[in-house]
Amino acid sequence: MLSVKNLHANVGGKEILRGINLEVRAGEVHAIMGPNGSGKSTLASVLAGNEKFEVTEGEVTFCGQNLLEMSIEERAREGLFLGFQYPVEIPGVTMSNFMKMAVNEQRKHRGQEPLTAGEFLKLMREKSAVVELSSKLTSRSVNEGFSGGEKKKNEIFQMAMLDPKLAILDETDSGLDIDALRIVATGVTKLHTPENATVVITHYQRLLDYIVPDFVHVLYKGRIIHTGDKSLALKLEAEGYDWLINDYQ
Amino acid sequence: MEERDKIIADLGNEYKYGFTTDIETETIPRGLNEDVVRLISQKKGEPEWLTAYRLKAYNHWLTMTMPTWAHLDIPEIDYQDIIYYAAPRTKPKLNSMDEVDPELRRTFDKLGIPLEEQMALSGVAVDAVMDSVSVKTTFKEVLAEKGIIFCSISEAVRDYPELVRKYLGSVVPYADNFFTALNAAVFSDGSFCYIPKGVRCPMELSTYFRINAAGTGQFERTLIVADEGSYVSYLEGCTAPQRDENQLHAAVVEIVVLKDAEVKYSTVQNWYPGDKEGKGGIYNFVTKRGICKGDNARLSWTQVETGSAITWKYPSCILAGDNSVAEFYSVAMTNNFQQADTGTKMIHIGRNTRSRIVSKGISAGRSQNSYRGLVRVAKGAENARNYSQCDSLLIGDKCGAHTFPYMDVQNPSAVVEHEATTSKISEEQLFYCNQRGLSTEDAVGLIVNGYAKEVLSKLPMEFAVEAQKLLAISLEGSVG
Repeated sequence: MLSVKNLHANVGGKEILRGINLEVRAGEVHAIMGPNGSGKSTLASVLAGNEKFEVTEGEVTFCGQNLLEMSIEERAREGLFLGFQYPVEIPGVTMSNFMKMAVNEQRKHRGQEPLTAGEFLKLMREKSAVVELSSKLTSRSVNEGFSGGEKKKNEIFQMAMLDPKLAILDETDSGLDIDALRIVATGVTKLHTPENATVVITHYQRLLDYIVPDFVHVLYKGRIIHTGDKSLALKLEAEGYDWLINDYQ
Repeated sequence: MEERDKIIADLGNEYKYGFTTDIETETIPRGLNEDVVRLISQKKGEPEWLTAYRLKAYNHWLTMTMPTWAHLDIPEIDYQDIIYYAAPRTKPKLNSMDEVDPELRRTFDKLGIPLEEQMALSGVAVDAVMDSVSVKTTFKEVLAEKGIIFCSISEAVRDYPELVRKYLGSVVPYADNFFTALNAAVFSDGSFCYIPKGVRCPMELSTYFRINAAGTGQFERTLIVADEGSYVSYLEGCTAPQRDENQLHAAVVEIVVLKDAEVKYSTVQNWYPGDKEGKGGIYNFVTKRGICKGDNARLSWTQVETGSAITWKYPSCILAGDNSVAEFYSVAMTNNFQQADTGTKMIHIGRNTRSRIVSKGISAGRSQNSYRGLVRVAKGAENARNYSQCDSLLIGDKCGAHTFPYMDVQNPSAVVEHEATTSKISEEQLFYCNQRGLSTEDAVGLIVNGYAKEVLSKLPMEFAVEAQKLLAISLEGSVG
């Protein structure tokens, strides 16, 4: 589904990604871990097409297409979803209106008719239940006045609405209390099917108790320096990154 | 980023009202003097008092100079190079829709003005003014049953001279400023509306203004009188063809709100703004003022200003009656080389009067957008309250937003609050929207409409939808 080969990217002339290689197939869950500043969020942003970063080398294909040639919105409409670490507020724009536009843009891209008001409301109700998002929040402005937990739930709610092929979740667990973490993580698991794939970026193994990864990658200084299975996350939790970093150096 | 800019720039600025109508027009020679003023008055078959009023205004105008205090760069205007009267040649005195010139009807169809059967569905009564003459007022009969008068100001002068004479110039005297003097001298047409005592106008009343002929100025005059305990909601829309030259529009709107009455006045101003290089466009110098004359009177101005090369406009309220309430809600958007200096004046005179100002400026391109507002509380205005909120939204880094709030409070019991914010559409917001599959244009439209929501929600439903689209269209090509 996603194939990343030797990806290099800069921001402000500074190289952040220095040769990323990653293969994600349908049905898989990947976790990306690593110390602060290793390039995890940059990788997520670059894959989503954030123009703040300049890709200097490498190839990325997504479902057989050259991802790097696609605009941000084309990537999204093709089924790439980014769960933001810091979701932005859009004052005066209701969540339901925002989602209606997003869903219908995607449907247009697929050659489908826009949803009727009734169909849309039904979809909203069904999907907000996935993350126990109160219906009051969907009538409020996008992320405005949402608590940290509500913002993260809201990201997963949008993921549920858009039903992506590939979801990249950037530190979706940060700033969540135990209950919110369970709800968000269970939500992600519910949305997982053999046809889609999930990449979770996280610092903590506790998220992976719910979202069980097939692969765990360690990112360090812009490169994936180690890949293992679920047990790697447990080991990192217990021992930290030093043993890997020392090995690498 | 560059590619995105290019795509957006290619879309250009579409001004969908930029067509002209090929219709025979009767005009008078360019220039202004006493004879021209007399000629206009004569063409309209006016009574002597009005001719005299016009001449007095004209002579006063000669002693005045154009105001220069606004934050506007106004090129010199040659007032002798303007045609002060233009009318579609077909005599516009009609008994049914079938008699309207088909070309003219097509024009108003293109503008989306529902002059015909759809009118009944939308329940809006329309007075359409093309160039200088009111072409057709719909629903007159239905309104007449309630005693409501809604007609062109020319007809009103002819049919209701006492009413017009009593109120014309009573809120905006001709000597008020340079443009009101000019308007009083040469005003060609406009709308007149009178709501009798205790009558609630059953439909929205609406006027559409259209400049069509080249080289002409438009100087319409609107007078609204809401008698005791009455209510009316009034809409005004404006468009003009796309031309390289600048055209002058200097209108006056006067509103008189008597005891216990309420008037809501909404404007969507979309005069041609000029092209991307700043060539052409309408110079819009407008004086709008209403008076809450009686106790408990209510007046609200809601404006969405997206058009014109230059806008100079301050819809104001005089709160004379005790317990009267006035509101001003404004969205002013400028793009490319447009300039706007707009705001309001709230003059508190009566006791326990309340006013509220919500102004949302949006600047894009190389435009300059200023809010200018005055809150005055007179000595006797016990317990006056004012709340002002002035927000500015900047798109790009070559535009300007300015706020000039003035306060003059002479009664210690007054409470006057002022809040102001300036913000930008952030790259993060755009990225977030793009990531959910929205194009950049759609995202900007969405964010701007969200920002302006508080004001747009004050517009009548059909107008609000139109205004939302207009905001999005007017911003095309503005994101960098």
